Amino acid sequence: MHQLLSPEDARLVEGLRAGDEAAFAALMREYGAGMLRVAQMFVSSRAVAEEVVQEAWIGVLKGIGRFEGRSSLKTWLFRIVANTAKTRGVRESRSIPFSALGEAEGEPSVDPDRFLGSGERFPGHWAAPPQSWAPEGELLGQETLGVIERAIEQLPPAQRAVITLRDVQGFTSEEVCNALDLTETNQRVLLHRARSKVRSALEEYMR
Amino acid sequence: MRLDRELACKDIVELVTAYLEDALAPADRERFEEHLVFCDGCDRYLEQMRVTIGATRLVEVGELPPELEERLLETFRGWRAS
Repeated sequence: MHQLLSPEDARLVEGLRAGDEAAFAALMREYGAGMLRVAQMFVSSRAVAEEVVQEAWIGVLKGIGRFEGRSSLKTWLFRIVANTAKTRGVRESRSIPFSALGEAEGEPSVDPDRFLGSGERFPGHWAAPPQSWAPEGELLGQETLGVIERAIEQLPPAQRAVITLRDVQGFTSEEVCNALDLTETNQRVLLHRARSKVRSALEEYMR
Repeated sequence: MRLDRELACKDIVELVTAYLEDALAPADRERFEEHLVFCDGCDRYLEQMRVTIGATRLVEVGELPPELEERLLETFRGWRAS
């Protein structure tokens, strides 16, 4: 059965099946917050998103006996929460699958005023280029991480979910595309918007 | 992805993720890299995006609100008992 599962995943799957609360708690703590962000892509309120996460876990527990390990455990978990949330979003008659992407269209990564205008000799080139930042060692303190966290919290839901999975949790782009049913291009656009805004929040903070 | 104009800095900042994900066509990748050679602003911008990504990796995943955690654990115990 689990020939494709990592030893860690196989252990967690066995744990869940055996009713081991520690295995459940470990998964919930590792992925719960990310699952909540994914749910928020598709439903209108935080309270409904929490219900979706709970409903998704019920689905996980019901399905774990039949889980065959064709995808990784985390991809499977996130697919369940995304599908649960989509169903719930449709019931709420919220117009989604991928009007959420609309949140990323036509937004420049950098304030257009920072580039030279069309009347200039080098249109589109930096008028106000980025200034150098503190050395990386200094940069990585708790305070900076707090700036990043707050910037992520303020992102529109789809961008927030994608950057959380890719850059906070370290999923590959393939894993995120599979989990959220996104094309590679859409995933990249959302990630790019999200990263650009986090960079810009850091720039603001460094000034 | 294929581009058909000369790249200005304004274009470069939109392509950074595609570049880092290796999603640019080879010819475009080359133009992107050529631009960086003479443009300190974009070189620095790319470096800052890399630093941003590295720093984001250090952010904690975040916790669920305790009452939701408790509710999920109850759900689990209910399932186990059934």
